[in-house]
Amino acid sequence: MSEKSEKIERLSVFKTYKLYVGGKFPRSESGRVYEVTDSKSNWLANAPLASRKDARDAVVAARKAFGGWSGATAYNRGQILYRIAEMLEGRKDQFVREVADAEGLSKSKAAAVVDAAIDRWVWYAGWTDKIAQVVGGGNPVAGPFFNLSTPEPTGVVVVLAPQESSFLGLVSVIAPVIATGNTAIVVASEKSPLPALSLGEVLATSDLPGGVVNVLSGRTAEIAAPLAAHQDVNAIDLAGADDVLAKELEIAAADNLKRVLRPQPVDYSATPGIERLTAFLETKTVWHPTGSLGASGSSY
Amino acid sequence: MASAFEYAPAPESRSVVDIAPSYGLFIDGEFTEAADGKVFKTVSPSTEEVLSEVAQAGTEDVDRAVKAARKAFEKWSALPGSERAKYLFRIARIIQERSRELAVLETLDNGKPIKETRDADLPLVAAHFFYYAGWADKLDHAGFGANPRPLGVAGQVIPWNFPLLMLAWKIAPALATGNTVVLKPAETTPLSALFFADICRQAGLPKGVVNILPGYGDTGAALVEHPDVNKVAFTGSTAVGKAIARQVAGTSKKVTLELGGKGANIVFDDAPIDQAVEGVVSGIFFNQGQVCCAGSRLLVQESIQDELLDSLKRRLSTLRLGDPLDKNTDIGAINSAEQLSRITSLVEQGEAEGAERWSPACELPSSGYWFAPTLFTNVTQAHTIARDEIFGPVLSVLTFRTPDEAVAKANNSQYGLSAGIWTEKGSRILAVASKLRAGVIWSNTFNKFDPTSPFGGYKESGFGREGGRHGLEAYLDV
Amino acid sequence: MPTIASAAHALGDVTASDSMLRRFLHGLPGVDAVGLEARAASLGTRSIKTTAKAYAIDLAISMVDLTTLEGADTPGKVRALGAKAVHPDPTDRTTPTTAAVCVYPDMVAVAKEAVAGSGVKVASVATAFPAGRAALDVKLADVRDAVAAGADEIDMVIDRGAFLAGHYMKVYDEIVAVKEASGAARLKVIFETGELSTYDNIRRASWLGMLAGADFIKTSTGKVAVNATPANTLLMLEAVRDFRAQTGIQVGVKPAGGIRTTKDAIKFLVLVNETAGEDWLDNHWFRFGASSLLNDLLMQRQKLATGRYSGPDYVTVD
Repeated sequence: MSEKSEKIERLSVFKTYKLYVGGKFPRSESGRVYEVTDSKSNWLANAPLASRKDARDAVVAARKAFGGWSGATAYNRGQILYRIAEMLEGRKDQFVREVADAEGLSKSKAAAVVDAAIDRWVWYAGWTDKIAQVVGGGNPVAGPFFNLSTPEPTGVVVVLAPQESSFLGLVSVIAPVIATGNTAIVVASEKSPLPALSLGEVLATSDLPGGVVNVLSGRTAEIAAPLAAHQDVNAIDLAGADDVLAKELEIAAADNLKRVLRPQPVDYSATPGIERLTAFLETKTVWHPTGSLGASGSSY
Repeated sequence: MASAFEYAPAPESRSVVDIAPSYGLFIDGEFTEAADGKVFKTVSPSTEEVLSEVAQAGTEDVDRAVKAARKAFEKWSALPGSERAKYLFRIARIIQERSRELAVLETLDNGKPIKETRDADLPLVAAHFFYYAGWADKLDHAGFGANPRPLGVAGQVIPWNFPLLMLAWKIAPALATGNTVVLKPAETTPLSALFFADICRQAGLPKGVVNILPGYGDTGAALVEHPDVNKVAFTGSTAVGKAIARQVAGTSKKVTLELGGKGANIVFDDAPIDQAVEGVVSGIFFNQGQVCCAGSRLLVQESIQDELLDSLKRRLSTLRLGDPLDKNTDIGAINSAEQLSRITSLVEQGEAEGAERWSPACELPSSGYWFAPTLFTNVTQAHTIARDEIFGPVLSVLTFRTPDEAVAKANNSQYGLSAGIWTEKGSRILAVASKLRAGVIWSNTFNKFDPTSPFGGYKESGFGREGGRHGLEAYLDV
Repeated sequence: MPTIASAAHALGDVTASDSMLRRFLHGLPGVDAVGLEARAASLGTRSIKTTAKAYAIDLAISMVDLTTLEGADTPGKVRALGAKAVHPDPTDRTTPTTAAVCVYPDMVAVAKEAVAGSGVKVASVATAFPAGRAALDVKLADVRDAVAAGADEIDMVIDRGAFLAGHYMKVYDEIVAVKEASGAARLKVIFETGELSTYDNIRRASWLGMLAGADFIKTSTGKVAVNATPANTLLMLEAVRDFRAQTGIQVGVKPAGGIRTTKDAIKFLVLVNETAGEDWLDNHWFRFGASSLLNDLLMQRQKLATGRYSGPDYVTVD
């Protein structure tokens, strides 16, 4: 028998896409997945179909991470957001491919989107230690008191990522939430969750504490419903909800008076304003008496 | 308080205010009857005397008022800011001129002591208008970008605890930013808002810019629901706040809510004790405790519990309860029979759950709605009176051992409006203040308000801020 | 009647050493100036009318330490003062006498004679008043001199320099020595609160003075820019209240200097009433160090009696 040497093409290694919860990469608790296809309906991967329980676990993880993340210095948060940009830069090719597949973009257009997304992390990295100066400050009280209003993170924020802009839109809604010290549960674009799931891998290697961002994939409406009603969630960004879902979720969110950012048309390629930063900030005003140096004055 | 030095009655003269036997709705610059002719009576809570009969706005009236406000919006929002400013300055000045009259009126309709309406409510009302007047022509510099636009018609629903002050908090920023308003005062305290309507007329405010619709909850709901309202501002209970949040879901209405609270007043062992006692007293007995930011939970470090409670009880024994018009009265009447029964039932529940109730010797007047200053000890986080907002002169005393525990207990609430910290150690104030999840933190003081300072809650105490530069945002399309 | 020894016992002998005394005084609760002044101002808004006002005016008159402390004081001036203390309003014999006249030690004998038989006390400032800058022996001689001349009460000044330098034991020892030299005379200890400057210091001085045996604690000499204020008097009233609660010993309070009108005096009485309580509403426990105040009280008294406003020609010049 003569051996015919035939050149065998190397079989590539598929990636198993997983959720990102509490700094770990679990499969869905449901054990279920759904098919993700590209814009031409070609199969790309099976994504985890997150369940209510995954949502619940994500809230627990986000709440646990909140104290440390909100208590970190703004400088430290800025460094970590910048680190995310650095890590993304190194894995740019992967994201260009995933974005091109997800959104049906040419390679060069997808590259531009990924560049913009990386730059967006840099933009928000610079905001962490400035937003308090822009929206906070001292108030000239009419009396012997000093008070200071400072912004503080709202807490645990659910983010329904935009359905269409699977990566730039995604980054544009996550970064402002965590820049100010909130922790997030992100529901990825239902149709194009892969860039979001891959982002989890980047976040895990960017010094971002586990639980600060938690990424779920699956049916947006299914995952969002228990999250909108969850009593330990403080706010919800409805960017990825359609009008009908948004209304339902806003009603559910009223149960514990979550802060709600309603869906609105956004051009994610434009430089963002500070609206998404301030949407998930509370203003705290702390008072203290001043008075005179000595007991020389009289009250009347 | 039995003393050789008995203070003779020192009543403020009621004759400075002339209350008409009936009042209409104020729509499009005119007083008018309700479309369905409905009226309701407003009584003085300290005597149950009927003060006046007031028109009760229905759905049709709400629609008429919103239409008037919409019509007025076009011109009002197009006015140069400097002109709007001058209207607001006029209003501020007229309020100052008429402050004695308004103080007496407010005391009659609300039941709170004249000392408070005279020294707190009215000065703050005038200051609030004065503050926002100055913003009207400076909005370009407020940090919301150039030429920020008003929202349109604001539907505003206010509570009965600080009727005129809450009106000021709502109307002043709304008008400064170029919105027009339809405001519903509380059903138990409609009068000062109707007097304010007259002030608008005196100030020459264009018709329809301010509309006042007395009524009950259904009037408020109709206003919130009206499709041509662009902005909803509500101060009141958390339950109603949630209902409003549901009502506006799926609309483009911008909402701000100032709701309930269960403020923790934390006293550390190194506190300036005498001032802390005063702060605890004013924290819960100011306005009979009918204050959303009241310090209704006293968290005292266990090591000084006895000393502090002794001081507190001694101090409570000097509080003077009675005729709200008497200038020496510290504690006035509860605003309504309904509120009184709510307080009573929560206090009974506190006793039933095993907390220890104490009140100073205190004679309550035979008519009107009254509740003695009350203090509960042996209270834990598990007691209803440590969790639910009582909105009355009732203080729940809990203890803690360490700063960590104090913060954990303070934050262990669905609410997050206010908190107090008493310690002479500066670093502890800053550390604790930064950990408390509440919108207003008073350190070594309590219940201080100022028009320049943003006020509002975390969590179920609501969202949005009133006061200061921050307060503009609620009324701008930004 | 509890004694000084029992006070020391109740407080665990805090005066055993300089360091223990220091630790005790610095361990007293701090004072928030704004809160204190706000409380004083709030009590100042009490509206005292009709019967309450009549009661307060008579009480205030009975609490006046009618004072002349001038370099130019003469026997004639002091006799006139004494006469006025005994009969503040010659046209109305129902007017109470003042509590005392207050003079320099060399005028005590004259004053004593002027008020003889009236029940009006003679108080004398001593201890190198008002600066207090003299050797202890000289101060004690000053005190003994006044007592020997018949003074019923001694108003001493503390050594503010020592206090501000942190030498609390020195201040304490000096008060103890003066107390001893005063014998049966009641001792008022003047802190000169305007010089102690902070409310924390005033609270510490109050406790220091009471621990050392003061019968009264007194704000001021009347000779510096800032004298009695509602806030510092409120603070001292809190101190005597707390001291009695801890030791059982009641100590009096005397604001002095700057209280000129009936309105002011009534505000101070409200402070007494609502802080220390009615046990202090008596001239054994509360005094006003004043001179011009008396005439205003008398004019207001006349107004209440007649319904018309009085004028300076209807009360006597001092």
